[in-house]
Amino acid sequence: MAKSKISVTQEFLKGLWNENPILRMVLGICPTLAVTTSAINGVTMGLAVIFTLVMSSFIISLLRKLIPNEVRIATFIIIIATFVTVADRVLAAFYPEMSKALGPFVPLIVVNCIVFARQEAFASKNPVGRSVVDALGMSVGFTLVLLVMGSLRELIGNGTIFSHQIMPMSFQPWMAIALQPGAFLTLGLLIGFANWLNTKGKKK
Amino acid sequence: MNKSLKLVVVLTVTALFSGIILAVLNAYTAPRIELNANKTLSEAIGYVIPGQKTCDVKVIKDVTFYIGKDDKGQVIGVAFVAEGDGFQSRLRILVGMDPEMTKIVQMKILSQAETPGLGTKIENDPTNKTDAFWFLKQFVDLSAVSPISVVKGQTADKSKSQIQAITGATISSRAVVDIVNAAIEKNRALYLEKVK
Repeated sequence: MAKSKISVTQEFLKGLWNENPILRMVLGICPTLAVTTSAINGVTMGLAVIFTLVMSSFIISLLRKLIPNEVRIATFIIIIATFVTVADRVLAAFYPEMSKALGPFVPLIVVNCIVFARQEAFASKNPVGRSVVDALGMSVGFTLVLLVMGSLRELIGNGTIFSHQIMPMSFQPWMAIALQPGAFLTLGLLIGFANWLNTKGKKK
Repeated sequence: MNKSLKLVVVLTVTALFSGIILAVLNAYTAPRIELNANKTLSEAIGYVIPGQKTCDVKVIKDVTFYIGKDDKGQVIGVAFVAEGDGFQSRLRILVGMDPEMTKIVQMKILSQAETPGLGTKIENDPTNKTDAFWFLKQFVDLSAVSPISVVKGQTADKSKSQIQAITGATISSRAVVDIVNAAIEKNRALYLEKVK
């Protein structure tokens, strides 16, 4: 088994910046583009992913020595799908409004590459504690980017953040940002900004 | 242990546990999800038939009619769901009408997934600062004796059953009107013949 050289704290922090699933690895782009029309949508989606990823990583890491290599993909999918369904049903039962707003994107977490990549690349090869920390870092990193994107798009597209009016009433909302082209623009600019910050940090 | 037997056992056990977890979860959440759906529907019926105290549900052929009555048992309105294709999604619209089905009392969009910021204005138009629900409000007390029509670039004449289209969402606006027209025509015959 690969010995980890980095500390547990670093294991968590790498998901937030250095290996951020969206900004650095560009994984899980489909829900990122689709649900970030408002801040609350982004955060709810993020919470669903945190739950799914942490639970799946925990179980898969626990069972990693029992799962035969040949059927690991099928087993991972069953485990991930179980937790996604739990998240989806709980949302539908207790937060029907949110469930309606996110539409098919909660069930689609099953095929989210971030969740799957962490199982294949990390949880199936590392001890339980580390896998959970890794999953937590990755999913929180994902949620933070969703929060930033959702807030930006809601602010420019609607003049509000979390439905609170931020812009003056005279502000004419720039609707295109809340639409699909705006999703690509915002994500591109965010990734560009992250890359610029990174190169700037390295030069020092 | 035999290799392929191990594969079968691991997959079966995983799927079994997954099934048990989901069955328990479903038993717990399904009643609540149904309750939510019913609550949404009964609130919507109360909205499109203002002043209704009790509501009878009658299914005629494949159409469900919600017949609203006041506290004296007098029929004050009838509602039904009109369904059809919008610009990019399925539209479900609850239409509330007077007992004779000659005019629309209120309308509510139950579900839609039109283009955000354009087609979604049929339900809620945040760019209109005075009234975000101006589009649906055009249908309030609108005569439905002759089919409703859509106008563009000119002021709609309510006495001629005209509806002003949303700028940038003409197809969605037209779809709402077409769906409602078709449903009224089909349901009026059914309702007046079988219920009255």
